[in-house]
Amino acid sequence: MAQVLVSMQHITKRFGDFYANQDVNLSVHAGEVLALLGENGAGKSTLMSILSGLRQPTSGTLMIKGQPVSFRSPRDATLAGIGMVHQHFMLVQAFTGLENVLLGDELVHHGVLAEKRAQTRIQALADTYHLNVNLNQRVAEMSVGMQQRLEILKTLYRNADIVILDEPTAVLTPQEITSLMEIIHQLTQEGKAVIFISHKLSEIKAIADQCVVIRHGQVIQTLAVNTTDESTLADLMVGRHVSRSLAKPAPQLGTVSLALRHLSVKDHRGIERVHQLDLDVSEGEIVGVAGIDGNGQSELLSALTGMLPASADQFTLNGQDMRHRSPRQFTQQGQAYIPEDRQTVGLILPFTLAENLMGQGFMAAQNYRFGLLNYPLIRAKARQLIQKFDIRTVSEQVPAASLSGGNQQKLIIARELSRHPNLLIAANPTRGLDVGAIEYVHQSILDQRNQGKAVLLVSFELDEILQLADRIVVMHDGEIIGAANPAKITRQELGLLMAGSPVERPEAQSYVTVSERSPRSK
Amino acid sequence: MSTIILLMTIVSTTLIYAAPLMFAALGGTFSERGGIVNVGLEGIMVVGAFSGAVFNLSFAKVLGPNALWLAILVGGLAGGGFSLLHAVATINFRSDHIISGTVLNMLAPALCIFLTRVLYNQGQTPSLSVSLGTTTVPGLSQLPVLGPVFFTKTSPSGYFAIGVGILCWLLLYRTRFGLRLRSVGENPEAAATLGINVVALRYSGVILSGLLGGMGGAIMAESITLNFSATTIVGQGFMALAVMIFGKWNPLGAIGASLFFGLAQSLAIVGDYIPVLSHLNQVWFQIAPYLITLVVLVLFFGQSTAPAADGSTYIKSK
Repeated sequence: MAQVLVSMQHITKRFGDFYANQDVNLSVHAGEVLALLGENGAGKSTLMSILSGLRQPTSGTLMIKGQPVSFRSPRDATLAGIGMVHQHFMLVQAFTGLENVLLGDELVHHGVLAEKRAQTRIQALADTYHLNVNLNQRVAEMSVGMQQRLEILKTLYRNADIVILDEPTAVLTPQEITSLMEIIHQLTQEGKAVIFISHKLSEIKAIADQCVVIRHGQVIQTLAVNTTDESTLADLMVGRHVSRSLAKPAPQLGTVSLALRHLSVKDHRGIERVHQLDLDVSEGEIVGVAGIDGNGQSELLSALTGMLPASADQFTLNGQDMRHRSPRQFTQQGQAYIPEDRQTVGLILPFTLAENLMGQGFMAAQNYRFGLLNYPLIRAKARQLIQKFDIRTVSEQVPAASLSGGNQQKLIIARELSRHPNLLIAANPTRGLDVGAIEYVHQSILDQRNQGKAVLLVSFELDEILQLADRIVVMHDGEIIGAANPAKITRQELGLLMAGSPVERPEAQSYVTVSERSPRSK
Repeated sequence: MSTIILLMTIVSTTLIYAAPLMFAALGGTFSERGGIVNVGLEGIMVVGAFSGAVFNLSFAKVLGPNALWLAILVGGLAGGGFSLLHAVATINFRSDHIISGTVLNMLAPALCIFLTRVLYNQGQTPSLSVSLGTTTVPGLSQLPVLGPVFFTKTSPSGYFAIGVGILCWLLLYRTRFGLRLRSVGENPEAAATLGINVVALRYSGVILSGLLGGMGGAIMAESITLNFSATTIVGQGFMALAVMIFGKWNPLGAIGASLFFGLAQSLAIVGDYIPVLSHLNQVWFQIAPYLITLVVLVLFFGQSTAPAADGSTYIKSK
């Protein structure tokens, strides 16, 4: 058996009365990939912040290469050979790749940074591990994949033997994921250990040797990955049986709800981010917009909700011209919106659930009595919605900030769907949610479609798009560069399209536009 | 007035007026590169001007002209000490940077005028007997054209400020300290994971801003107003902020931008002798620096790339 690099024994971390980790035992061997599987809030991140020196355990022992250690700071962990790649990269955007690697462990000659010497050394290191990083490029200009390789390079420059990757695939395209897997393989070949934190079962199956399942801060089971399957892992993670496929009847298309012809959108700095875009969304279908983050999706969404002005030959919602309309006019036209960022755009966090659920209703006369807001009525309505949408809360009078991510998302869904919209726009609706909540959100979106509503789903999660959409369009550099049939296209082909290269197989494409199909009259 | 003499006058008055701005803007650059917005520069300059003037008056008899440069240093030290208030408030107590800076601006004039009354029984100090006048650089002044324009009867403080500015650039962009200070102003969380002491670096950024701002204030008193009164520092600290933004938070940019502002102020003095400008009303020259400050802020503030974490508070996780 290979050397035990990390051994965590009876680690407990308590915040007040809350146990983030309770009596956790795990060990990692040299040359091994250990997967840490658990839902959001299960305690994976806390456990890893203990290992990387950000937090100190309440009790328990941490052994590195057989020696008990006590980390006071991330620096101590770094010196012990632990390298952490955070989910939200810890990079200085304005710095070059080289400066980011050097920062904190600079090479200095007579008080001046020895950048040339450092460059040679770091480039050699990158070449050894086949890490394609442009050291002279600013991080702000790097692709997400390169930023991640830069983070890995940072840990290697500091001689890490144990590399922790926190949700490393969340932001990557399928091609980038493949190349990450190769890098992980390379690291283990060199005798390093990799801790891979994820809740994506297929990736764990593909790359990990051992899997530690964590739930409610405790280790539920440690198992060898090759002796188990994905659905077992899913059930272990959630603690009950989960169905991972949705029943999806054939779409019953109605009339065109949203129609865009030559829509162009400029961002706040006046740069055109969406160019001459054509798109139709009909009642009864889910149109999925796939694409890598930053290809104009945010600007498209802002234009579709009236937050950014757009120029277009045609921009209609249910036949109404929506050019130069305010967000309120979109709402009045029956549009519902689940925004990407539920905390800053979707909700007013310090406001109560009841106030958030009232939402657009602040203008409605029915919510007023004697010219003042009728709070008893608003609260009563909120209680109904909380029950109907199964929002877990102690009361409708607590601030929205006190809810978990999944329940905050339910709150938005409750507010938006209770207005009985005819077009639902959902942007990354399951980002950061756990399996149970994802199931709920997906079902809600599908229900809308089954009720004959039009749905536009913009998502960076390929699985989500493939699972929900009736039709996929791919956005790249502000344009729709292809359409795809979700039943026919593979993840790899979709990934290539997202990266801007066309798909060769004609059967995977579906260039059928709404006008060519015979719309079923209502 | 001959063209050479006119140019000489423009260059030397530009340098004289640019020097205090340059010091204060360099100070602001250090503070904001470290992530602490420092609108308290005005107050820091007041403290520097007061301390410099008092030192100058007290030691001119003993030290002679040496007192001038020591007074600048004393102004710097006083400014550095005064800036600690801002550092403690923003870094340790996480108060709003703008509010804390405003406190400095309100505190300094009141405190310094009060102390002036205590020391001199009047609202302003007596006139300084030794001041930063003009210098003719031996050797260089003999150069044709360049010699008379740039090196004859010119401002030593201006060249001193430019020299300090270049040193600041080296410090910020070529040393370990500079790299770390900038990282703390861009992404303190990332810096902390690399074992960098965010609090210590932010303190050094603010103290450097106090030091340089105080030196700028002392130079103002010793080269322009020649005493300390309530009107010694009238908006130079805020102008320095505009200079810092105009210079894109870069010391070399601050040098260029403050020379531009200095030129605007020098036109108030030499404008009468420039044929094209002489028919303009003096009022325009008087308000020019403030007008330019306003225009620069409107045009450049939105586009400039401030350090990403400028004005943010850093909370260390447990």
